Amino acid sequence: MYTQAMDTAPKEERLVVRSVDDAVAEERFEAALDRDEFIEAKDWMPEHYRKTLVRQISQHAHSEIVGMLPEGNWISRAPTLKRKAILLAKVQDEAGHGLYLYAAGETLGTSRDQMLDALHAGKAKYSSIFNYPTLTWADVGVIGWLVDGAAIMNQLPLCRCSYAPYARAMVRICREESFHQRQGYESLLTMMTKGTEAQRAMVQDATNRWWWPSLMMFGPPDDQSPNTAQSMRWGIKRISNDDLRQKFVDATAQQAKILGVTLPDPDLKWNEARGRHDFGPIDWSEFWRVVNGEGPCNKERLAERVDAWNDGEWVREAALAHARKRTGDQRAAA
Amino acid sequence: MTPSKTDQANAQAQAREWPLWEVFVRAKAGLDHKHCGSLHAPDPTMALQMAREVYTRRQEGVSVWVVRSDQIIASDPADKAMLFDPMEDKVYRHPTFYELPPEVGHM
Repeated sequence: MYTQAMDTAPKEERLVVRSVDDAVAEERFEAALDRDEFIEAKDWMPEHYRKTLVRQISQHAHSEIVGMLPEGNWISRAPTLKRKAILLAKVQDEAGHGLYLYAAGETLGTSRDQMLDALHAGKAKYSSIFNYPTLTWADVGVIGWLVDGAAIMNQLPLCRCSYAPYARAMVRICREESFHQRQGYESLLTMMTKGTEAQRAMVQDATNRWWWPSLMMFGPPDDQSPNTAQSMRWGIKRISNDDLRQKFVDATAQQAKILGVTLPDPDLKWNEARGRHDFGPIDWSEFWRVVNGEGPCNKERLAERVDAWNDGEWVREAALAHARKRTGDQRAAA
Repeated sequence: MTPSKTDQANAQAQAREWPLWEVFVRAKAGLDHKHCGSLHAPDPTMALQMAREVYTRRQEGVSVWVVRSDQIIASDPADKAMLFDPMEDKVYRHPTFYELPPEVGHM
């Protein structure tokens, strides 16, 4: 999951003119948030809260769907039947996660087709991490370890998101996600401990390529995340980008040691005084380049999604026509 | 009032979209079916099939219900106080309201 994109969205105008009813309703809404209560789909909510959620949830859903592409490339090339079955299950999970999230987004009054249209038109973002290529089989393992690891770190706090349908979807997703990270790490561990020299080099190379993009998944630094304060206030975000990133570095440094790979950062070292790891500066110009469409695979990924949608159109229509024929209703399947 | 162009476009788009279904799963025999999410499907058979794929990939259930979302009648959140608050002062509906001598034992 990838909340990073919401920080890259334009800051929206707050509604200035409000009716008395709205003012009362907003007071109740704020009071509910103060009591750490959930907001349900049919409850009153400020328009800006609704829009922020639609943007975040749909971007999150798009990330799950686009996220199938880099790994899907390797299903037919998995080295063993066991790894193939695991990868199939994982990619199927990502599809499921996308569907849970689109359904959560739809409770806010935007249809799935509208969200998909925004993706296909290039108006909606998805996590920049999926715009990097998967060059070797080790990339699949590293995606599980680092990319899904970062995603889990990002997603866990969202299980307590104030918007209940989103929080419920996240609980389900998080429960399924830990298998994704563990299978990746185990696959790498197998290559590192039982593999050849070439396989170990392949794991190191994949780690080198995915490390920095994984750190970027947490989004821009806190002082460059204009929407963070509002999202924290609304209980849509619980932990800041930099805090999550630090947590991830601390957890991962130890895992890298056990695995026997180095992380490609000469400044990465334990800071006894802070009780945390220090790490080197992130190249944010690369992050913005990829977010804004200039990553290695942006065009390819989006084109593949659009093709899949267009190629599936006749199936969607035929299924609907069949349903109408069965019910004798010519108007709609409804 | 004649429908606007956007209304017509929306209606057209909606007619092409698969309808929405709510999914209920019974985790194991002896438990209630519990709402677990929703999905789009063209007809009841496909809705059941997709509910299985989307919501029970890890043996989460032994039985699935699907119901068209537009067939569900729900209470209005605005009526919450009117509907549910009157029960707040009826403590005598709970067993703990009644104090009995300890000799009575479990009752």
